[in-house]
Amino acid sequence: MINAEWLYWLCGLLFLACAVFVARAQENPKRVGSAIFWALIGVSFFYSTFVVKKTAPAWPLGLAVLATAALAGFRAMGDSKIRTTLEAQREKLADRFGSRLLLLALVIPAVAVLVAMVVAKVHVGGKLLLADGTATLTGLGAGSLVAVGIAMLVLRRAPAEVAGARLTPAVPLGEGSRLLQAIGWAAILPQMLATLGVLFDKAGVGKAVGKVTNAVLPHGWLLGAVIIYCVGMALFTLIMGNAFAAFPVMTAAIGWPVLVQQFHGNPAAVFAIGMLAGFCGTLCTPMAANFNIVPAVLLEMKDKYGPIKAQLPTAVPLLACNIAIMYLVAF
Amino acid sequence: MLVLLGVLVVVIGFALRLNPLLVVTVAGIVTALLGGLTPLTILNAFGTGFAGSRSVTLFVLTLPAIGLLERFGLQEQARRLILKLAKLTTGRLLAVYLLLRQLTAAIGLTAIAGPAQMVRPLLAPMALGAAARKHGPLSDPAIERIKAKTASADTVGLFFGEDIFIAVGGILLITGFVDTTYGLKLDALTIALWAIPTAACALVLHGVRLLRIDREIARLAPAAPAPASVTGER
Repeated sequence: MINAEWLYWLCGLLFLACAVFVARAQENPKRVGSAIFWALIGVSFFYSTFVVKKTAPAWPLGLAVLATAALAGFRAMGDSKIRTTLEAQREKLADRFGSRLLLLALVIPAVAVLVAMVVAKVHVGGKLLLADGTATLTGLGAGSLVAVGIAMLVLRRAPAEVAGARLTPAVPLGEGSRLLQAIGWAAILPQMLATLGVLFDKAGVGKAVGKVTNAVLPHGWLLGAVIIYCVGMALFTLIMGNAFAAFPVMTAAIGWPVLVQQFHGNPAAVFAIGMLAGFCGTLCTPMAANFNIVPAVLLEMKDKYGPIKAQLPTAVPLLACNIAIMYLVAF
Repeated sequence: MLVLLGVLVVVIGFALRLNPLLVVTVAGIVTALLGGLTPLTILNAFGTGFAGSRSVTLFVLTLPAIGLLERFGLQEQARRLILKLAKLTTGRLLAVYLLLRQLTAAIGLTAIAGPAQMVRPLLAPMALGAAARKHGPLSDPAIERIKAKTASADTVGLFFGEDIFIAVGGILLITGFVDTTYGLKLDALTIALWAIPTAACALVLHGVRLLRIDREIARLAPAAPAPASVTGER
């Protein structure tokens, strides 16, 4: 039986590779902090395997997690320039490869869906080949590997004077590290938010908010609960600028205890649509600066809130759509 | 009830624009302490929480392939496709772009476009150019409106396309969070499928509003001919 651990090791390897690429960039004055950050995450992905199996204590991993947050929070990280092709080279390469580049990008989702739909049903010796609930993720890992393999076969034919360095396996690793570094600490923010959810649950946040909800919400009023969950997601996102941060709070408070446990909603539908209700909030808030303010600055607009004003009349009816969709399909 | 102060830490921390990673960590510690957990239990919870929610970060597996294609001109090729839309009116251009942005995000190409690599260098000039072709020199309010709607086409398309792709942060956060916290076994693909109805609504709602910009531009009228004393030499 194939489980998800090999995927996490692959991730761990990518993080360690990123640490190496970052550490080698001499011009980055904060390369030590950055390299330690990525290396800690890489090692944690391997160590976690033993924590999950309960063959290693969890607290050293907890310490490592706190250390990565401190490195990011106290500005110990800086950008290393990882070499890639120049704009002019890329234009020539696009001349040569054209729409094959877009087709190659399709390989990842195509393989992922194929694995999730077909390989997921394969049994070996009476057991599922892929562990339950991991088929899609395994497909993603397989799709990513296959895509790199096929892309290397196709792109290898580029003349060396245009493509720069020879296409060795180090090239995709370097390019992956380049993107990973551009994302920076935000790459593990969703995982930290999931961890926060665990702490919220252990400390009893869900129960506390549940008491408040029960006091406010007439018992058994499904539509009211759906509205509170969706509007709450949008409002929390509005304040925090990030739907990912709102999700653990609102889900611990209403999504799980009320909508799923009390009303027996379909969890996949409730949570997926709840997240999208949060995105409606993201469209309307200057707190999500990189989506709403940065474009206005880049376009040299006089009104920095122009994009938000253009999005607000879409976001409000779309939030209503989310409420209606959740009410109709999830219960 | 005291544990709710932890939620407040998240809200205030994000509102003050402190580093989100630090805010989340501190909020976790504060909540756990208020909930009466011991320091060792808290460290253990951080450890098991991190280990159990690694699936959330699996989107990084796609980065080497995407980065490799970018190295060989993926974004440049995407720009060429958009350039082929140059004959459309502003509204139709933006509506088609919205659809394309949703479709590409839905197959995981969230970084193929964006404000810096597509909207500023290409889409906004094309949208303004299409309007100027029809109405002559544009007034400032018309320019602002076109720019605002151009930015919105990119953002709405991204938001309501990406959650159809299984390996995007939003989807993986949902599965990682509920699987670790509540012991469910949700499949990422099912979550992604439930994002489709909202994506369709977003396309219709925002698409219609983008198409309407052609009439808006006509109403906002072309720029008044500038008086010679302002632009001319003394």
